[in-house]
Amino acid sequence: MAIPVEQLADEMYEIVKESAGVKKLKGGDLTKAMVAKHGDEVSRSDVKAAIRILIDSGRCVYGYFGGSSIELPHTEAAENQ
Amino acid sequence: MADDLKTPLLDELEQGPWPSFVKDIKSMAGKKEMAKDLLRQLEKSYEDKRGYWKHGGLVGVMGYGGGVIGRYSALPEEFPGVSHFHTMRINQTSGWFYTSEALREITKIWEEHGSGLLNVHGSTGDLVLLGTRTEELEPTFRALTEKGWDLGGSGSDLRTPSCCVGPARCENACFDTLAVNYNLTHQYQDELHRPMFNYKYKIKISGCPNDCTAAIARSDMGIIGIWKDDIQVDSKAMADYVDSGMDVQGLVVENCPTGCIQLDGKEIRIDNSNCVKCMHCINVLPKALSPGKERGAAITLGAKAPIVEGALFGSVIIPFMKIEEPFEEVHDLIERIWEFWDEHGTSRERIGEFIERVSLAAFLEGIGEKPLPQMIKAPRDNPYVFYEEYFAEEGEGE
Repeated sequence: MAIPVEQLADEMYEIVKESAGVKKLKGGDLTKAMVAKHGDEVSRSDVKAAIRILIDSGRCVYGYFGGSSIELPHTEAAENQ
Repeated sequence: MADDLKTPLLDELEQGPWPSFVKDIKSMAGKKEMAKDLLRQLEKSYEDKRGYWKHGGLVGVMGYGGGVIGRYSALPEEFPGVSHFHTMRINQTSGWFYTSEALREITKIWEEHGSGLLNVHGSTGDLVLLGTRTEELEPTFRALTEKGWDLGGSGSDLRTPSCCVGPARCENACFDTLAVNYNLTHQYQDELHRPMFNYKYKIKISGCPNDCTAAIARSDMGIIGIWKDDIQVDSKAMADYVDSGMDVQGLVVENCPTGCIQLDGKEIRIDNSNCVKCMHCINVLPKALSPGKERGAAITLGAKAPIVEGALFGSVIIPFMKIEEPFEEVHDLIERIWEFWDEHGTSRERIGEFIERVSLAAFLEGIGEKPLPQMIKAPRDNPYVFYEEYFAEEGEGE
């Protein structure tokens, strides 16, 4: 049975939270993590839809430093007030 | 320009024969404090021989992961006007055709929300709006989208596809470059705005092997017009060239890279089986010669500038593909490439580097293509045509 995308979003959010400050995760990293965990019960389009939920809700944001990543919202060090 | 600005080093850049970006910035300095402080910070950079920009990786508009490149001044107290100086990339029109009304819309929005400075066009192809503050990003985006504009790509995503003017203005176009560009831009909106790739992926589309977008050198995926049958010859126009006294032998026959052209009186004979589609003869004799009738595109993969690893030129992956609406064959190829690269590529690995790492054989197997002898590695080593005489003349003048 397919995993609901809301559940995937929650699970990916936890992964992003645990990695905060340690490793910048790409969309592909989250996809691979979900496929590794759920196997055939999850498709790449499901993961994309779940990432869309995370970004559009503001729970996560896209970051860029060399490559693009999915991160928790935070104030970056370079920002001038 | 404001009188209190003293920029002796930047002024030097205005002395040469070419238009200078300094002149452009000065023209805005009377209106915008941001442009004034940009000149001041730049002058200091020239004095100190170092840059004073900090990279901002988080700025953007809601829901988008691309289109905004964050920049902050490292000297915000000295140059408060450029404390924030973010760039916005705007998806350009196919073939860069604009009405003057459309350009006025853009400049009006940007003077209201940003520095007023534009780079038309950036090397990515986008309309580049230079310099705004974080709090102005969303209002600018709203103003742009209300007028039908959208952001372009940046980061690890599909960069804004770009094409030549194609059949709109060029008789050599082997397919409708503008239609493909428009189609791909709309088909892959998610990939453009929501970065999911290992690294950037650029698509450039040229209607013929003249390759006016330099796709073979500057795009991960080049779609370059080509034909399969014989070059079309207009015998009457050919005879007119000869009658006019043009040195067809010297200018065309002797410059053919494979020596596959002969001139017999007023008739031109082409051994098409040995033609490498360099376009030279067609360019020199445009009234007499034109691409064949069986037209399509060659697809190249792997070109890139020397960031992370060294520079690469594109190699032919698909020697010939018909490019016809609704372009499903192109979509199918793109998606097979992305899927394999996504699965097996590493972080910040461009498609060209990926192919070099896994080998072309493994890559072809991965995307489900059979190897063909026409899959030539880097078929050109320069996207432009240069001749020894050109360099000789240049050298003599020194």
